[in-house]
Amino acid sequence: MAEEKKNRLDIFLKGFIKENPTFVMLLGLCPTLGTTTSAINGMGMGLATAFVLTMSNLVISLAAPYIPDKVRIPSYIVIIASFVTMVDMTMHAYAPELYKALGIFIPLIVVNCIILGRAEAFASKNGPWDSILDGLGVGLGFTMSLTILGAVREILGSGKVFGLNLHIYHGDGILVFILAPGAFLVLAYLIAIGQRIKKRIYGE
Amino acid sequence: MENLLVILIAAMFVNNIVLTKFLGLCPFIGVSRKLSTAAGMAGAVVFVMTLATIVTWLLQKYVLVPYHLEYLQTIVFILVIAALVQMVEIILKKVSPSLYQALGIYLPLITTNCAILGVALLAVQNTEFGLLETTFFAIGNGLGFGLALVVFSSIREKLDLNDVPAAMEGVPIAFVVAAILSLAFMGFAGLA
Repeated sequence: MAEEKKNRLDIFLKGFIKENPTFVMLLGLCPTLGTTTSAINGMGMGLATAFVLTMSNLVISLAAPYIPDKVRIPSYIVIIASFVTMVDMTMHAYAPELYKALGIFIPLIVVNCIILGRAEAFASKNGPWDSILDGLGVGLGFTMSLTILGAVREILGSGKVFGLNLHIYHGDGILVFILAPGAFLVLAYLIAIGQRIKKRIYGE
Repeated sequence: MENLLVILIAAMFVNNIVLTKFLGLCPFIGVSRKLSTAAGMAGAVVFVMTLATIVTWLLQKYVLVPYHLEYLQTIVFILVIAALVQMVEIILKKVSPSLYQALGIYLPLITTNCAILGVALLAVQNTEFGLLETTFFAIGNGLGFGLALVVFSSIREKLDLNDVPAAMEGVPIAFVVAAILSLAFMGFAGLA
């Protein structure tokens, strides 16, 4: 029993550091860079992805035994796309500002390789409970990375974090960090740090 | 004609899909280790992107909008793209084995390339675009992707021969290169 609990915890926790989708696995890079102009945008994108990932993991783990092997990828994509459409419409109705800021990256959750990757590698082979935990772990790990990336860019670029002014600049801050080049640069250093931390904790 | 040229140039340089819009980053990082594979991927993307954007644009205009099915856009587009990629693969294998040899291995990877779906979605969001404009928009974006990929891969080939700080080896230094490239492409913003 204790053994099983520990396994469950492992499934949940591995998404944060050991198999962190952004800094270690380098998956789902487009929304990672495209939506992290501020901490709140990054977090919104992360949570939207986490929701789709968890729900599609659950449905796919339940449906996998009935789906013929040959059409499994298209079937998974339809399941994922349905949840993405739900998120799209819900956000449009209740969070119009975030919807506008994330723009095209919401429908593009469909082609986020993290989701199809977890469906193929985990949900299709495991039970519904484990799949939900896996989805939550990886999804929240992704959210964490996006929030960190967004916060770093927001602090360097405008001296604010979550809209809160930190008063570190006299002027406007270093604008380039909010623009495209800053995204690549900050991610480069965060990946380097992430790999360092992983090595420190888990060895080579 | 002038208008079309503006769309082409804008899509290729000013709003470069990889370096300013962050679409298609997985292949941008994944297949950019060697110039030859990068060129193959670039060719496949231009081809599929143009075809997919035209087909999805026609679907949007003549099926989804008249029947008020816009909410199915995401599902329909991704399925059409997946089916299209499969079809292109089968046809290419039959009709032009030499082209298939060159592009074949990149085709399955393209379904999950978010640049394809992204450009298809961006094209239908531009409501003033007709079919011809959409075609040029897709070609421009495809060429922009190809350009970024080829430039990036040739820099990465050189990078392999250089000494890089241990912590930055591999992907991190590649992203630093991408940042500098992106900075360079921002210079094109003056063209618009």
